[in-house]
Amino acid sequence: MTEATPRKPGEQTEEERNPLLDTGDSTVREATPGPAVQSSADPLALEAVYEQGLQIEARSQWQLARRRFFRHKLAITSLVILAIIFGAAIFAEQITQYDYAEQDFEFASVGPTFENGHYFGTDQIGRDYFTRVIFGIRTSARVAFLVAFLSTIIGATIGAIAGYFGGWVDNLLMRLTDLVLTLPVLAVLLVASALLGQGSPYRVAVILALVFWTNLARIVRGTFLSLREKEYVEAAKAVGAGDFRIILRHMLPNALGPIVVSATLVVAIAILVEAVLSFLGFGVQPPTPALGTLISKGQGLINQWWLVTFPGLTIVLICLCINFIGDGLRDALDPTQRRTSG
Amino acid sequence: MAEPVLTIEDLRVEFSTEDGIVKAVDGVSYEVYPGETLGVVGESGSGKSVTVMSILDLIPRPPGKIVSGRAMFKGQDLLTASKDDMRRIRGKEIAMVFQDPMTSLNPVFKVGDQLEEAIKIHDPAVSDDDARKKSIELLQLVGVPNAERRVDQYPHEYSGGMRQRAMIAMAIANEPAVLIADEPTTALDVTIQAQIIEVLKTAQEETHAATILITHDLGLIAEMADRVVVMYAGQVVEVADVETIFRAPRMPYTMGLMNSLPRLEADEERLIPITGQPPSLINVPPGCPFHPRCYLRNGRQICVEENPPLEQVDQPEHLSACHFKQEMKGDTSKFADDEVAS
Amino acid sequence: MVTYVIRRLLYLIPVLFATSLIIFTFVSVSGDPLGQVRQIPNVSQQTIENIIEDNHLDRPLLVQYGHWVKDAVTNKFGNTLLSDEPIWPDLKRVLGNTLQLIILAEILAVSLAIVVGVISAAKQYSIFDYGATTLSFVGFSTPVFWFGLILQVIFTNIYLNYGVRIFYTSQLSSSNPENFWIDRLQHLALPVITLTVLGVAQFSRYMRAAMLEVINSDYVRTARSKGLHERRVIMKHAFRNALIPLVTVVALDFGALFGGAFATETVFALDGMGLYFLRALSERDVYPLMAWLMVASLIVVLFNLVADIIYGWLDPRIRYD
Repeated sequence: MTEATPRKPGEQTEEERNPLLDTGDSTVREATPGPAVQSSADPLALEAVYEQGLQIEARSQWQLARRRFFRHKLAITSLVILAIIFGAAIFAEQITQYDYAEQDFEFASVGPTFENGHYFGTDQIGRDYFTRVIFGIRTSARVAFLVAFLSTIIGATIGAIAGYFGGWVDNLLMRLTDLVLTLPVLAVLLVASALLGQGSPYRVAVILALVFWTNLARIVRGTFLSLREKEYVEAAKAVGAGDFRIILRHMLPNALGPIVVSATLVVAIAILVEAVLSFLGFGVQPPTPALGTLISKGQGLINQWWLVTFPGLTIVLICLCINFIGDGLRDALDPTQRRTSG
Repeated sequence: MAEPVLTIEDLRVEFSTEDGIVKAVDGVSYEVYPGETLGVVGESGSGKSVTVMSILDLIPRPPGKIVSGRAMFKGQDLLTASKDDMRRIRGKEIAMVFQDPMTSLNPVFKVGDQLEEAIKIHDPAVSDDDARKKSIELLQLVGVPNAERRVDQYPHEYSGGMRQRAMIAMAIANEPAVLIADEPTTALDVTIQAQIIEVLKTAQEETHAATILITHDLGLIAEMADRVVVMYAGQVVEVADVETIFRAPRMPYTMGLMNSLPRLEADEERLIPITGQPPSLINVPPGCPFHPRCYLRNGRQICVEENPPLEQVDQPEHLSACHFKQEMKGDTSKFADDEVAS
Repeated sequence: MVTYVIRRLLYLIPVLFATSLIIFTFVSVSGDPLGQVRQIPNVSQQTIENIIEDNHLDRPLLVQYGHWVKDAVTNKFGNTLLSDEPIWPDLKRVLGNTLQLIILAEILAVSLAIVVGVISAAKQYSIFDYGATTLSFVGFSTPVFWFGLILQVIFTNIYLNYGVRIFYTSQLSSSNPENFWIDRLQHLALPVITLTVLGVAQFSRYMRAAMLEVINSDYVRTARSKGLHERRVIMKHAFRNALIPLVTVVALDFGALFGGAFATETVFALDGMGLYFLRALSERDVYPLMAWLMVASLIVVLFNLVADIIYGWLDPRIRYD
């Protein structure tokens, strides 16, 4: 380890006395190329490492975030489970023995059994419930991801514009947000889906997205309002960068953390709302399978408990996983926030 | 000299962190005498705040842990005292003023209420009227204008300087034997800093309290302190009266500090910092904590192997932790000929 | 404080106005109000024209809006389009029932959530904390209506198998109760439990997070340094500050609670706003629909007002806004 040669206070080296002196490449301090040290952002540790003369491998934000995420065991487990579930939904045709509309009166109203592969039982007209649940998941997933995607775009855009421009633009957009928030969401959704035609999953998704963007808009707006004052935004403006470019390249990446977390949680909420809608008979219409519809059909049939239980448990499991993942993401992307799940 | 009012003996405090155990306070001992102002100087991370917070049981445990040591106050060891005893002492016998006045006052309660609380907690028999009168008096003492009206206002209606005054008022409300001010001026504007220093002086005059002034601002030390304790890397490295510390310190770190200060009168082209960085407190190497940056060492091995004890230098009141303190005899800092304290 | 409240009240007016405009426009343009009526085979052209004239349906939208507002304010929303019956008596009745459900559930949920949140924060990482956290996560992953269904199944089974009726699993009241209010509570119990449990799951997390943040704040440290009992530090200094963000969350969440009530009423066959709305919707009867939307919005707005007032009371910094 090469040591720096500290000077006695009051003394100056040749260099310092005459800064223009060309002393070649011998600097007072030399860093020995050594093994890259894994360092967290701990300033004490960083300084210690500098002092030891070792080099530090710079870690980007994303690498640190990823490392934090993977420490969150619950989130990882949930990710795996969710991948399996959604994988099953994507490959529904391949993994299910029966067609979801296939009727079989011989085996009607049968409880869950390994016989004939009716893992979740059958309904009154003999349709395999496992199959119906899997296809229901597919519908829910479709709607939910589309909603998350659309509402994120809408919310982020509105929030960015409001936060960036401030002033009356901000005021106007925030009043708009308040207004949307005031309308009782479910009612609006019901009216919309009833009056605007048949409930294909895509249409439902669009309607949901139009109501779900408000939360993200607020968050993004908050972030932008504070980022606006930062020096690098001023610098970008001074260089002549256009507003759009500033928003997109300089400010949005900073807001990405909360955006990702919010989008994840919206997926969970969207699944729940889609379930309510189809339960009440709105939203996605039969014959498109939906978990809510399955539950509503099984209402009241106390002896055939599987009709209500399995779709419900599926919803709970999916949302639980999404929530854990969202929590892990929040930890990873915003470590300044207190860890909420310990 | 009379008996010390507070004696800290070989205090060791550790924190468990993700990256290892941080030895924040590593064998600190010093005394505080009645009526004096003791300055405790050091860089961020030197352990000066943790020391006093530990003896008042204000550090979160876990992750903090008081490993060993004693803190004798009026015949009692604060570190082994009961929670009840500590509560009686905090705010009455030993009081603290914290760094950031903006966040140190509870925003939802009136300033007067918070002052009265400090009084009533230790004197439950006092009447509301008397407590209020005393609050107003205290505010007037610390120089809050319009105290009668201000006492019913909320902290957000006070300026930063006024809030700090209110904090000081709260601390001296019960005439403590020891007043600890932890970076009282760091968060304030320079012009306000001067005012707060005056308030602290007034407070000391009124209460005759021993004051522990913790700061990294050497100018503040010059103005207010009688004696100075210099801390580095969780250890005490020098103790002396303020004149000696500024003019003729006997520890290379202190000398380095003094000579790195800018002077208004002199004609200096460049400032001379101490080379290197403070050490990590996680994996503390043996030997003197300052040795990597020490100009006095000259390659001698003892500095790397043995941690120098804090010992007397010439007079009993001057202590230094350096193997070669005798070699510094006769050395003076650039302040040797200046007026230090008026 | 008073000026703050007045300002808040005044702010209501433009909001309600804008909301009514949106509702009216939205419903009117999303379909022919007489769509259903025209489908009925026996209705003569004359009847249809009468309806059109009575309800000013041939006039421009703005005029219709004007009539509607006038009707709403002076005539309690007037009559339904299809059967020409007064809207208000029915709406009033279902409103009352739903409010019973919502208010009870909200109060219970907030109270319990505060308790759970504070304990969780004070004993962070304890078994209680982990347990509460896990239950919360399960709680807000569970669809309201499904939870209600499960409760229904459980308690129906208890009744069927053991003959003991703890709670009623449907309807608002029995036909001949001994004590109206006890009977009503027995009926409301399960729906309220459904809504409360999910509300607690949500709010307790926020309460916990808020408490944790506050407990580590500088002013709490100051309070400790003054020599206060730890209990007092938490209950007085920390708690009041932690409530503030909770109020925001509860207010924002009210819309969701409303939606949850909706689903719950359906499951438990309660004669509330939910059923009323669904009926009007399936009949495509626009006037009751619009009246309903207006009333619902009004409730939300009023609730937000209450939340704002509480907010102002808790946080003096807001009052001078």
